[in-house]
Amino acid sequence: MRVMAQMAMVMNLDKCIGCHTCSVTCKQAWTNRSGVEYVWFNNVETRPGQGYPRTYQDQKRWQGGWVRTRRGRLKPRSGGRVKRLLSIFANPKLPSIQDYYEPWTYEYEHLLTAPAGDQTPVARPTSLITGKQTRITWSANWDDSLAGGNETAGGDPILARVSEQVRQEYAKAFMFFLPRICEHCLNPSCAASCPSGAIYKRTEDGIVLVDQDDCRGWRMCVTGCPYKKIYFNHRTGKAEKCTFCFPRVEIGIPTVCSETCVGRLRYIGLMLYDADAVARAAAVADETDLYAAQRSVFLDPHDPRVAEAARRSGIPEDWIDAARRSPVWDLIMRYEVALPLHPEYRTMPMVWYIPPLSPVVDVLRDTGHDAEDAGNLFGAVDALRIPVEYLAELFTAGDTAPVTAVLRRLAAMRAYQRRVNLGEPPDESIATGVGMTGQRIQDMYRLLAIAKYDERYVIPAAHAEAAAGLEELATGCSLDYEGGPGMGGTGPFGESSGRYEPVAVENFHALRSRQTADSPARVNLLNWDGKGRPEGLFPPRRDEEERP
Amino acid sequence: MPVTRTPDAHWMAEARYRGQKVVVVSPDYADSVKFADEWLPAAPGTDGALAMAMGHVILKEFFVDRVTPRFVDYVTRYTDLPYLVTLVPGADGALRPGKFLTAADLGETDREAAFRPVVWDGATNAAAVPNGSLGHRYAEAGVGRWNLDLGDLRPTLSCVEGADGEAVEVELPRFDTTPAGVLRRGVPTRRVAGHTVTTVHDLMLAQYGVARAGLPGRWPSSYQDGDEPYTPAWQEPITGVPAAACARIAREFADNADRSGGRSMIIMGAGTNHWFHSDTIYRAMLALTTLTGCQGVNGGGWAHYVGQEKCRPVTGWAQLAFGLDWSRPPRQMIGTAYWYLHTDQWRYDTYDAGVLASPTGDGRFAGRHTADLLAQSARLGWMPSMPTFDRNPLDVADEALAERPDDPASYVDEALRGGRLGFAGQDPDAPENWPRVLTVWRANLLGSSAKGNEYFLRHLLGTDASLRAAEAAPEQRPSDVVWRDAAPEGKLDLLLSLDFRMTSTTLFSDVVLPAATWYEKHDLSSTDMHPFVHAFTPAIAPPWQTRTDFAAFHALARAFSDLAATHLGVRKDLVVVPLLHDTPDALATPGGVVRDWADGGTMPKFVVVERDYGAVADKMAALGPLLDRLGTTTKGVTVDVNPEIQTLARTNGVVDGRPRLDTDVRAAEAILALSGTTNGRVATAGFHFLERRTGTALADLAAEHEGKRITFADTQSRPVPVITSPEWSGSETGGRRYSPFTINTERLKPWHTLTGRQHFFLDHDWIHEAGEALPVFRPPLDMHALFGEPRLGATGELEITLRYLTPHSKWSIHSEYQDNLIMLTLSRGGPTIWISEADAARIRVRDNEWVEAVNRNGVVVARAVVSHKMPEGTVYMYHAQERVVDVPKAEASGRRGGIHNSLTRLLVKPTHLVGGYAQLSFAFNYLGPTGNQRDEVTVIRRRSQEVEY
Ligand code: SF4
Repeated sequence: MRVMAQMAMVMNLDKCIGCHTCSVTCKQAWTNRSGVEYVWFNNVETRPGQGYPRTYQDQKRWQGGWVRTRRGRLKPRSGGRVKRLLSIFANPKLPSIQDYYEPWTYEYEHLLTAPAGDQTPVARPTSLITGKQTRITWSANWDDSLAGGNETAGGDPILARVSEQVRQEYAKAFMFFLPRICEHCLNPSCAASCPSGAIYKRTEDGIVLVDQDDCRGWRMCVTGCPYKKIYFNHRTGKAEKCTFCFPRVEIGIPTVCSETCVGRLRYIGLMLYDADAVARAAAVADETDLYAAQRSVFLDPHDPRVAEAARRSGIPEDWIDAARRSPVWDLIMRYEVALPLHPEYRTMPMVWYIPPLSPVVDVLRDTGHDAEDAGNLFGAVDALRIPVEYLAELFTAGDTAPVTAVLRRLAAMRAYQRRVNLGEPPDESIATGVGMTGQRIQDMYRLLAIAKYDERYVIPAAHAEAAAGLEELATGCSLDYEGGPGMGGTGPFGESSGRYEPVAVENFHALRSRQTADSPARVNLLNWDGKGRPEGLFPPRRDEEERP
Repeated sequence: MPVTRTPDAHWMAEARYRGQKVVVVSPDYADSVKFADEWLPAAPGTDGALAMAMGHVILKEFFVDRVTPRFVDYVTRYTDLPYLVTLVPGADGALRPGKFLTAADLGETDREAAFRPVVWDGATNAAAVPNGSLGHRYAEAGVGRWNLDLGDLRPTLSCVEGADGEAVEVELPRFDTTPAGVLRRGVPTRRVAGHTVTTVHDLMLAQYGVARAGLPGRWPSSYQDGDEPYTPAWQEPITGVPAAACARIAREFADNADRSGGRSMIIMGAGTNHWFHSDTIYRAMLALTTLTGCQGVNGGGWAHYVGQEKCRPVTGWAQLAFGLDWSRPPRQMIGTAYWYLHTDQWRYDTYDAGVLASPTGDGRFAGRHTADLLAQSARLGWMPSMPTFDRNPLDVADEALAERPDDPASYVDEALRGGRLGFAGQDPDAPENWPRVLTVWRANLLGSSAKGNEYFLRHLLGTDASLRAAEAAPEQRPSDVVWRDAAPEGKLDLLLSLDFRMTSTTLFSDVVLPAATWYEKHDLSSTDMHPFVHAFTPAIAPPWQTRTDFAAFHALARAFSDLAATHLGVRKDLVVVPLLHDTPDALATPGGVVRDWADGGTMPKFVVVERDYGAVADKMAALGPLLDRLGTTTKGVTVDVNPEIQTLARTNGVVDGRPRLDTDVRAAEAILALSGTTNGRVATAGFHFLERRTGTALADLAAEHEGKRITFADTQSRPVPVITSPEWSGSETGGRRYSPFTINTERLKPWHTLTGRQHFFLDHDWIHEAGEALPVFRPPLDMHALFGEPRLGATGELEITLRYLTPHSKWSIHSEYQDNLIMLTLSRGGPTIWISEADAARIRVRDNEWVEAVNRNGVVVARAVVSHKMPEGTVYMYHAQERVVDVPKAEASGRRGGIHNSLTRLLVKPTHLVGGYAQLSFAFNYLGPTGNQRDEVTVIRRRSQEVEY
C-alpha cells in the first residue's frame, strides 16, 4: 500500500443552474490573455448538446484516453510511444479552432468614432483569428439551454449512443448543465502522451500541471486527454490546462470556479488512495466495473491502518485529518451519490458528479400520479425526463444500476425530510429502503443542503517544509512564464476588450496546415521557443497568400 | 428563477431536499423547469384560466364538499369573504353584485360610515360592523379599533345558514368567449336594512361555478364539464394543461397548505406579469394562496419575483430622494401614463375603451378613448399627471396668491372648474406641454425598458424610427383630449445620460456623463426579497473622468444653483397632489361611486410651496429643518425623529446648523438613521404610534432592537439583517425570516384596505364596468381586433404571425451587461429570437439564420435560435438585447434593426387609473397603470441572408 493524497472535487448537477459564473471567473483569472482567447479551463455545457470542443466525447474520432489491450494492459488510444513519435509532426487528432470556436470581438471603437449619419452606428463582429469582419456561427457555448434544438443536439455523441430515436420533442424535452474542469486523473493519459515529460502530477496533492519550460508544443496531450481539457496556447506554442487553482488551494482556499459557484454545488476535499492499486483498477476488463474499481483504490482515512500508512508515506497529520473531514469522501464513499465522469476512459478521473433529478414525464402527470408520495417518488425515478441511460453513459459506462441507486437515494432523502419538515413522525423504512439509516439521510441532507463554506471546502494548506514536493513552486511564481497569467498583458476579454489584438494568427494556420498537409514541414521544434518564425514552420503570411 | 434570481436559486434545490414539491408553470422548457417535479406547459397568457380552475377545485373540495376548519377560520378572519354585498338590478332588471353593505346603509351617518363594511354575525344573528376597516383608521371613534380582533363576532361565510332571503340568480361576466358573455348563477341572500344582500363567499362560489343544492342557474355538472367556467375541463383547451393534472395539483396545493399550516407558495415570475390583464391573472392566483390560508405565513403565500424593487430603509430614503426634509409635498408621477402621452402612443390607439368593458357594465367606457379616461383620472385627482397644467405652475402660484392670498388652492380649483386653467393631459401635443429635458440615470431607456421604442424615437427624440402604425381615424380619436393634426416629432431639447457603458440610450444622448461603476462608489443596496442591507464600498476610486452618481448630481446642482440664483431666484410653486393612499384621501369616493366635476366630483389637492432655486445645491447637501417639525411619515405612521437629527448633527457634522449630507457616506448614514428597519428606536416609536390606533400590542416586535442603530460602517463589515418595523408587514423578530403579512395575521393589524382584510371583491364603479369585481379569466388581447394585426397563426410566403414575448434573459435583467464580450461569447454573440422547430420549419428558417420580425410598432432583425424547448405559436426575444452589437439593417425599413421593444408599445388599462378610493388610491411605486406588452404579436419571416450594416 502506497498512500497518496489527491485533491478532488464533486459537483452536484442537481443544483447547477447554468449561470456560467464559474466559467467567467475562471476565464478572468486564468485565460484572459492573447493566445488562449478560445480557452475555457472551466466550461459549462448544456446536455444534450455537443459540448466543448464539439463532440469531444466521441473517442473514435478524437482518440483520447486509454484502451485495454488484449493482454490486459493499458495503452493510449492514440497509439503507443512509437506510433506517437512517428506522428509527432502531423498529429491528425486535434480539434480545429472551428471545433472549439473562432473567437471574436466587436468594433466597439466604431460606436464612439462613427461620424454623424442617418443610422445609429453598430459594432460588427470581428474574428480574433483573422482580424476581419466575420459572421458568428459557433461559440464557447452555442447550444446554451437547448439553443439550436435538434440541429445541434443531434450531434451529441452520448445521445446517439442511448437511443435510436435521437430526435427531441417539446413534450419530452429535457436538459441539464454539465460544468467541467480538468479531471486531475489518477491515471492521466495526457501525461502519458507527452513526449517531453512536461506534464506531471504533483506528488503532494495530485494536481496535474504542465511544466511551461519543458513543454515543446507537441500537442500530443491535447489528443491524449479524452476530456479535451488541455489547450494549445497559440502565442507561446505551449500546452496549458486547468491548474486546480493551485496557488489558492495551497493556502487553503477553494478554486475560483468553486469560490464563485452561485449554485453552491461544488465540494472540494482530499481523497487518500493506494497508488499501487491504480494501474490494476484502471485495467479491469469490463468498463462497467471501472466505477467500483476506482472506488476500491480509495483508502478510508478513518481506518487507523490507513492513517498509519499515510504517515509513513509522509502525509502530514493535518492532511490526514482533512481527509477524514472530506466532503468528497462522504459523497463518493459514505453516501454513494457521486459518480465519475466517463470512467470508461480509464484515466481514473477525480472530479465526480451527483446526477441531476428532473421533472417526471407527462405520462405520470396525466394519470393522476402523485410524485409527492414516498412510494411514488421512488417509482418516479424511472419516469424522470432525463433518461437514466443518458446519465449512465456519462457516469457509469452505460450501467444504469448505480445511477438509479443514486437517484433513489436522493428521492428517499426528499421523502424522508418531507415528513420531518411537516412535523410528522419520520419513516425509517424510507431510509432502509435505499440502504441507509434515518441519521445518515439527515447527515447527507445537511451536506447537500445547508453545509456552509468550510464544510463544502475542506482544504488543508500546503506545508512549507514540503515545498519540494510541489516541485517548481519552490522558486518564483510559477505563473510567471511568457504569456502566462502571472504576466501583464490583458487579452481581448479584459479592460481592452475593444481592441483587436493581431495574435499569432500564424499558429492557427500552422495548426490547420499541419492537419491537412501531405508532407509536414520539418522543423526542429525542440529549438523553438514559441517566438519568432522559423523558416518552414509557418505557412506564408496572410498578406502573402489568399486565405483558404 | 435560476435566470433572474441567480443568487437565490440554490435555495430552491435545497428546499426540495427538505421535501418540497415543485410544480413549474411555463410555456417553454424554461431554465426553472429543472427544479420541477412536474411541468405544466400552460400557453402564454392563460395562467389566469389555470388558476381559476384550480380555485374551482379548492372551493369545491375544501369549502363545499368538505369544510376545512383551518381554511374557513382563515378566510373569516383575514379576508372579505364574509362581508355582505348588495345585489342591484341592471337596466334589464337582472341582479348583479353591487357594493359592500356598510354602516351607512345601516343608518349610521358619520363621514366614515360608508367605509365600515358589514358582516352577518352568527352569534347575535344580526348585521354587525367588525373592527379594522378603513372607517376606523382615521376617525376619532376608531382609535383603538383599527384591528382585526373579531371579539365575540362570529361572521357567517354564507347566507345559506339561517337566512331569511331567497336564492336569486345573479349575472356575472365571462370573457373566454367572443364576444364576452354572461353567466347566470344563483346565490343565497338575506334582507338587511332594506337591501337584498349576499356574501362575497357566496358570490365567489357562483363565479367559480361551484354548485350547491337548491341554487338556481347554470352550473358545471362535473370537473369534466368543459362548457361551463371554471372547471378543470374548461381550462384544458385554453391552457393546454390536462384537466386531471390541473385538478390534482390544485388538490395537492390545498392539502399541503392544510397539513403544513399554510406553507404552500406561488412564486410568480415576469411571465404572468406585463399582460394587459395581468391584474386578473394575479387575482386568480392570489385567490389560491388566500383561500388556503397561506398569506402571512412563513414558507407560504405569494412570492412576487418581478418588479418589486422596494427599498428596505424606505423612510430615510424617501426623505432624501424627495427632499421631504426641505419641502413637502413632492411631485411624483406614474411612468406609464407619462410615456403613453409624451411619446404619442395614445395617437395610435385605434380602439374604443368600451371594447374592454363587461357585458354587465353600464357603458361608462363606451365611446371613450383611453386618453379621455386618463384625463378624467388626472382631473379627479386619482392619478398624478405631469406636467399638470397647461401653464407654468410658478405663474399659476403667483396668480393664485395675488388673487386669493389666504386660500390659493380654492382659486386654482375654481380656475380649473371654470376652464380658465387647463390640464396639460388634455392637450399633450401642445408645445408648452412637451417634455424638454430628460435625464437618464441608472437606466437604459432605449435599449431596455422603453416599451414602444420606435414611438420614443419618432415623437420624443425626433430621430428616424421604424414605426409603421397608422394613427387613429377621426372617429376613433379622443373627445376630451385635443387632437393636433400634425403629431410632434422631437419634443426633447436635451437628452442627458449618466452611464459607464455605451448603450442604446447613450447612442442617442446629447450629453453622456461618464459614471462610476458599483465597485467605485459608496452606496446602500437592499430589496424586499432579502432581509439585509448591504453596502457598496469602492474597490478603487472612480477612474478617468468618471464620477459617482452622488458627485455628478451634486456638481449639477451646484452649477444649476449658481445660474438659478439670478435667473429664477425665490419663487412660489404650486404642487398638485393626487388623492393618496394611507391618508384620509382614501375616503374621497364613498362606495367607489364615480362622480365627475359636474356632479361634485373630486379634485387633486393644490399646495403652494416656496422654491429657493439658488439654494438647491446647499439644500441637497444638508438635512433640512422641516423634518424637525413634521417628522417622517411612511404608510400612515408618523415618527418624531429629533433624536436622530441630533445624532446625525454629531456624527455627520453640521453646515449652517444642519447635519451634513455632502458625501455619499453621510447621505447613507442619514438614510439608515431615519428608517425603522435600520434604527430600532424609530421602529419602536412607529409601532407605538400604530398601537394607539390599533389598540393592540406591536412595539414588542422591535423592542429587542430598540437600542440598535445600524451604521454605514456596520453594513460595510457585513450585510446587516434589518429590524422589524411598521414600514413593512413582515416580522424578523427573534431572527426569523421576513415573510409579508405576518404582522397582519399574527398581530391582527389590518391590511390597508377598505375592510382591513384581503379582498376578493372590489366594488368600484370602474372595476364593475370592466367586469372584474371578482377573480375572473381574461384572455390576452386580440391584436387583430384591436389593431388590425394579422391573426395568430396566419401564414404567408416564408412568414408567420406569432405571439411575441420578451422574457427576462439569462445574465441581464434590465440594463446591464449581457452584451459584454464574455457573455456574448458564451451565447450567440448578438441579438436572437427563439422559435420552435415547427414554426421555423413553416418559414423554412434554420438555426442561426437571419430573420425579421415586423409589426405595426416596428422592425427587428436578429438571428433565429431554433429549439424544441419552445412551444409552437410563440417566439421569444429576450429582454435588453441592445442595438449596439451586430444589428444589421432591416429589409422591411432599410433602417437599423431595432431592439426587443421595437415591436412593443404601452397600452393603458382603464381600471389601473382608478384612485381616491380605499386601497385603490395612488401611492408611489404601489398603484398605477402597468407597462404591459405581452399581448403583442408579430409577423416573423426568413429574410435574405446577406445582411448589410
Ligand atoms: S457557477 Fe455553479 S451554478 Fe453557475 S454554471 Fe458554474 S457550476 Fe453551475
